[in-house]
Amino acid sequence: MSVRSVIAVLGVLAVVGLLVFGLASKGSSGVEVGDMAPSSAMPRLEGGGDGSLASYRGKWVLVNFWASWCPPCRAEAPALEEFQRRRRGPGFTVLGIDSRDLSGDGRAFVRRYGLSYPQLRDANGDASHDYGTTGLPESYLVDPRGVVRLHAVGPVDEEYLRDEVESLLPKEKS
Amino acid sequence: MRARLGLLAALTLALLAPSASAAGQASLTELEKEVMCPVCGTLLQLAESPQAQRERVFIERQIDAGKSEAEIKDALVAEYGNEVLALPPDSGFSLSAYVVPIVALLIAAVALALGVLRWRRAGGGPSDGDTAAPPLGPSEQDSERLDADLARYDL
Repeated sequence: MSVRSVIAVLGVLAVVGLLVFGLASKGSSGVEVGDMAPSSAMPRLEGGGDGSLASYRGKWVLVNFWASWCPPCRAEAPALEEFQRRRRGPGFTVLGIDSRDLSGDGRAFVRRYGLSYPQLRDANGDASHDYGTTGLPESYLVDPRGVVRLHAVGPVDEEYLRDEVESLLPKEKS
Repeated sequence: MRARLGLLAALTLALLAPSASAAGQASLTELEKEVMCPVCGTLLQLAESPQAQRERVFIERQIDAGKSEAEIKDALVAEYGNEVLALPPDSGFSLSAYVVPIVALLIAAVALALGVLRWRRAGGGPSDGDTAAPPLGPSEQDSERLDADLARYDL
């Protein structure tokens, strides 16, 4: 094969490779039930430092993507906080991820609704992209091994938390 | 003479004044053309989402605080990451966004020029020596055939 042919083949392969890469990176299908939950590190919304889902390995975690500018997120916040107060402990926590939001607005939201669960900040939306969220809010129940067990698109309410989430969690000690 | 010089100075100041204020004072209208609405994936100028409204409020507060355009962009990057900038920064890996198209264009131009030269050398086009115009009329052979045909049908 001549040098010219090799160059031509390499050129075609490069173009095809770029097209495939472009399609693959655009067509992220997102996390589904049964998949491992992404756990990249993000800054904490308050208090400084980084945190990630991996820090909660061994616990059930309800990962909740939200933003202060999202009206349905405001609607679900009280139910999430009430659930956290009732179920928090060594085996469970809600983990909020404030996505593409101004940090000041996010902190004001946390204070306004008295949210006591940990909050991370997904400033540029990378974590939302990794999970494949299609909007806000979205929630994922992740088991102690890091596997997604439930996925809720849209706001969760008391009924969903009681019937769907709580039914998967270990029973509370009475 | 002094009056003319004064008038000239006043005109010069009047012409320079808007550009000076534009350079020093950031404006929401200008910044909206240069930053993105991260949720919408469009220029902030075109976005009407709740997130875009909050971004505008943030920019207006920065302007009220006397921040320059560059400082406001830095503050937006701190909030939303580099993706908030409509144009990538001209440093680090992002510089490739500016350099690669220029290099690609140069390579394409050189390749095209080399290709044309090679094609001309191979006789694909008129060479410098082939400047004579092609014959306008029919060839001698065609003329003879034409005459013969006309003679055959001559009544």
